[in-house]
Amino acid sequence: MGKTIAEKIFDAHRLDRQSGGISVLKLDAVFCHEITTPVAINDLVARGKDRVFDNTKIKAVIDHVTPSKDSKTAEQAKILRDWARRHDIKDFFDIGNNGVCHAIFPENGFSRPGYTIIMGDSHTCTHGAFGAFAAGVGTTDLQVGILKGICTFKTPETIKINITGKRQKGVYAKDIILSIIKKLTVNGATNKVIEFTGNVISEMTMEERMTVCNMAIEAGGTVGICYPDMTTVEYLWPFIQDEFKTKEDALKDYTKWISDEDAEYAEKIEFSINDLVPVATVGFKPDQVETIESLKGTRVDQVYIGSCTNGRIEDLREAAAVLKGKKVNKFVRAIVSPASPKTYNQALKEGLLEIFDEAGFCVTNPTCGACLGMSNGVLAKGEVCASTTNRNFAGRMGKGGMVHLMSPASAAATAIAGTITLATEE
Amino acid sequence: MKNFKGKVLFLDRSDINTDEIIPARYLTEVTKETLKPFLLEDLEMDGFNHKTDIEPNNIVVTRDNFGCGSSREHAPWALEMNEMNVVIAEGFARIFRQNMFNCGMLAITLPKEELDSIFTNFGKSEAEISVDIETDTIFVTNSVKKMEFKFEISDFDKDLVKAGGWLNFADSKY
Repeated sequence: MGKTIAEKIFDAHRLDRQSGGISVLKLDAVFCHEITTPVAINDLVARGKDRVFDNTKIKAVIDHVTPSKDSKTAEQAKILRDWARRHDIKDFFDIGNNGVCHAIFPENGFSRPGYTIIMGDSHTCTHGAFGAFAAGVGTTDLQVGILKGICTFKTPETIKINITGKRQKGVYAKDIILSIIKKLTVNGATNKVIEFTGNVISEMTMEERMTVCNMAIEAGGTVGICYPDMTTVEYLWPFIQDEFKTKEDALKDYTKWISDEDAEYAEKIEFSINDLVPVATVGFKPDQVETIESLKGTRVDQVYIGSCTNGRIEDLREAAAVLKGKKVNKFVRAIVSPASPKTYNQALKEGLLEIFDEAGFCVTNPTCGACLGMSNGVLAKGEVCASTTNRNFAGRMGKGGMVHLMSPASAAATAIAGTITLATEE
Repeated sequence: MKNFKGKVLFLDRSDINTDEIIPARYLTEVTKETLKPFLLEDLEMDGFNHKTDIEPNNIVVTRDNFGCGSSREHAPWALEMNEMNVVIAEGFARIFRQNMFNCGMLAITLPKEELDSIFTNFGKSEAEISVDIETDTIFVTNSVKKMEFKFEISDFDKDLVKAGGWLNFADSKY
């Protein structure tokens, strides 16, 4: 019997086994941010175990609330900053070069095929786009990861979703993954790995694959994984060119992780996108998905473009293409948060930030802020936001607020109209 | 080991997420103790009032996919700080379940029919539950009834509970 990519990664990293099908895995990377790490740091200090297993494999960023908004967030940032300095964490991103963790870490080449990665953040599944086993964990797992470089996981079963067909105009990676979550439901992939395959994935850029894998957790998935291919190699080339003579050599090496033809799956799903149209969420669960067309005319108070789902350069390009020469509706507050400094600078260079600015958007620094209602765009009770983020839970962006998740193009069109609108109609 | 016995808080809904268990606005706290008053503050359910329904209870009985969404361990911590060390459900989100055992707490899965039975027989009354991890048994009682249910958790899960969590276990073994 062949093996899935997750099984191959487990075999290559297994340090020990425990009952209940648990593997203790060695970690290639432990990612940290200032919301879930400080409690781990404080506890390690209190136990007299203020150590790190490897200061080159731990990467840290201040991203959720930055610059700090009050004394409490300043304290969180300080705890992480002091710790990073104390242990000489080689890759630490603070004000001036910080951005959303799941944008900034891949951009710096930290996510690689075959890697095991944990972070105290549920959207760590994003890094599966590179063919890594990357999973969100809680603070205790993070703490042990920091101290020992290990983590336990039950060997997950895998759901393979083969995505085929041709996209219609106005259909983006976000529309595809929201439609898949609708099909899977919010716990359809709980305790499972989701493999995304098929021509649609092969034709996607790394940015689009990250959008897809980012939302695997919204179906309960441990990680969403795409097989490494030449697109992966091209993206990583600046960081791996010393390791491999040629791109073909790198590809050959990475290909070893790809699931065997005769691997065993919990489920195989064929998903055609030929008839897919732009969609958005309704209600308070990410599997409640309807067509934009059916939501036409729904009033919004705020539009937010950003986050680890859709705050990368392609997302900004898609939104700017819709916004160019247009103005945001006077009853709408529009906010764009480029997800990383690199994205910000690229958008600046391409004139995208000017387009946002002239349309009436507030352009913020890279941060997670509004997505989880912590800063830079919190909703008031009864307010509605069209958002490119990943969760529409009740009150997610502010107590009493409601969120419609959608693509950057749909969000941009909605900003102009003031009501949910198809980008192709703007 | 922690206390696994007490009065029951029934939350008759699936997909209760970690934003409802502890809203993100309290993630700026850097100690577990400060989370105590905010447990389930954003959970809006008929018949549930977070101000009055948490303090007397120690065991949560709920439906499917409890703890979905964010990875925040603040969710189990907020339960722990309110001396609620057991959640019994039809299913859990992976990270939440792991976080519970990592904290030496219990996340116990029962089949839907058995949960239906608990909700039907005890849901409207003042019920008590006691969990015995030596015999893998849940004892449910109220003033008129008593029922028992068997559950399964791995020896490793029990080791974590007995060790007081994953950090203690990992530190002694790896």
